[in-house]
Amino acid sequence: MQNYYVRRIARALLMIWIVSTIIFFLIRLLPGNPVEQYIARLIETQGMDYENARSQAAALFAIDLDAPLWQQYADYIWNLLHFNLGVSITSPGTPVSAIIARFLPWTIFSVGIGLTFSFVFGILLGLMMAYRREGFLDHALTVFASVVSSIPNYLIGILLVVWLGVQWKILPIAQMRGTMSPGMTPSFSWAFLSDALFHAFLPISTYVLTTIGTWMLSMKGSTVGTLGEDFVTVARARGLKDWRITTAYVGRNAALPLFTQLTIAIGFVVGGSFLIETIFQYQGIGYVLSSAIAQRDYPVMQGVFLVITVSVIVANTLADFLYGWLDPRIKVG
Amino acid sequence: MGFVRGFFNWLGTTLKLMTYNKAGFIGFLSTCAILIICLIGPFFIPLDTKTKLDNIYQPPSAEYWMGTDHQGRDIFSQIVHGGKDVIYVAAVAAFLSTFIAVGFGTLSAFAGGKIDTAIMGVTDVFLTIPQFPLLAVLAAFITLNNLTFLGLFLGALSWPALLRAVRSQALSLKERDFVEAARALDLGTSHIVFRELVPNMMTYIVISFTLALTAAVYTQVGLVLLGLVPVSGSNWGVMISFAWTQGAIFFRDAMWRIMMPILAIALFQLSVITMTRSLELAFNPRLRTMV
Repeated sequence: MQNYYVRRIARALLMIWIVSTIIFFLIRLLPGNPVEQYIARLIETQGMDYENARSQAAALFAIDLDAPLWQQYADYIWNLLHFNLGVSITSPGTPVSAIIARFLPWTIFSVGIGLTFSFVFGILLGLMMAYRREGFLDHALTVFASVVSSIPNYLIGILLVVWLGVQWKILPIAQMRGTMSPGMTPSFSWAFLSDALFHAFLPISTYVLTTIGTWMLSMKGSTVGTLGEDFVTVARARGLKDWRITTAYVGRNAALPLFTQLTIAIGFVVGGSFLIETIFQYQGIGYVLSSAIAQRDYPVMQGVFLVITVSVIVANTLADFLYGWLDPRIKVG
Repeated sequence: MGFVRGFFNWLGTTLKLMTYNKAGFIGFLSTCAILIICLIGPFFIPLDTKTKLDNIYQPPSAEYWMGTDHQGRDIFSQIVHGGKDVIYVAAVAAFLSTFIAVGFGTLSAFAGGKIDTAIMGVTDVFLTIPQFPLLAVLAAFITLNNLTFLGLFLGALSWPALLRAVRSQALSLKERDFVEAARALDLGTSHIVFRELVPNMMTYIVISFTLALTAAVYTQVGLVLLGLVPVSGSNWGVMISFAWTQGAIFFRDAMWRIMMPILAIALFQLSVITMTRSLELAFNPRLRTMV
């Protein structure tokens, strides 16, 4: 029992270590790596000599460029453990960790709500489609699901702006930009929460629209398969209430395979979120990443990329825990 | 003659199998139509590059099928010319990632042991790193101004999910009775691989390819929108990117200029994904013998 959770956590930590190592070698050793590019740019634009440029780059990336490689690597890992990810180039003096601490919660908030909402409703709709298969509702929802799940999410984002905001003028898109209204301070009050939801409405709708189709179609397929299982027939023969069969027998078992898909979906949505956040000017971690990329702010790019990957690993581990709780069989294996 | 007749027989059976799924067949026809328009269309429809300021933001009409853009140019001609680069890059990426996924996925399944562990370890790491940010971060210090290179770059990083799927498919095939029977009959490795396994994997390979194609369109247009791919000319992604950076998405009259490339990409994705339902039937060796 305990063993399953311990194994999952050990695996997640191993993954985080591997990914940080890959990132270290990418920024440090790749030809044309960020450190070299930054040094070259300083020499070119500010007329600095090589030594000065080099020491400034070393300070920014929090890497001692003169130390042997293993020492640099050890320092890098040590710094990571202390959340020291270097300093931003474009806003000098701001540590990357402060930027992350400020913007990451908004992404977790919007992506978390969006994914949970779409997973739960996708499963319910899929279940309903399977029970009413070949009916009008099933056909209509199948067409809807196939269409929304095949359109790239950033295009759905642009479509929402164009139609809801500009053509039909249903939503005040200019006011909805940002993560909260000016003068609002984060607190556990209804005013703040509703304001945050108001600003996150468009990104959340985009995440829901682009992922719900996949859940609906997979759940429908999975439910149709489960309905033919013997244990469902036995449950009916035992005279259990329909509602109980649907939830505890059919639904629970049919939803299981979807949890493995959830882990892939989390990575995809978090990965795609940075274009969505840029489209809606929603200042989450993705928005920071895309502006860091545009301005070639390498320490921020490195830090944010690492944080995005770690969030995906953490989310996957949580999904695994949920899966283990729903299906006790896999904890043994 | 016999060969030609054999080919037409094969084609006839394939098309007949494809019509069994109506939605899939419509997807197939629409994919063919898009390919024909994008690959052959440019030879017949000249790209309208002349600025006509008295003609800007016209709605669709008999003269301008899809309206005109901010410089009064015909959007339809831009859509016709804008597809081939997108499709070419996607095809290069899909070929590479399908090749990696099928090659290493089957190797992993059949070799087992240490090779399997090593391949799956690498795949798991790649699967964990979010693809799109990785591509974007790498694109920030790799210059991607060549279409083939862009395709290879996308393909080289987008195989992990496919590889896992191919591996699990190969694992299940490996244990099937007919493979067991072929082994017992001592039919030789090449017979088992090419006569028993590949025909059964074909559906999977073709579907992997189409999914890789849509994934490559997704990442490619995304990178263009972020301004990381300095591809010029009229390309569906570039059209949306210009419309976006110039603020046209907030301008009511500019609707056709944004909607048309979005529709083109969405229709392409939808057609290719729907087509897989028919491909599933067409490449299933069991259905073929039944016709």
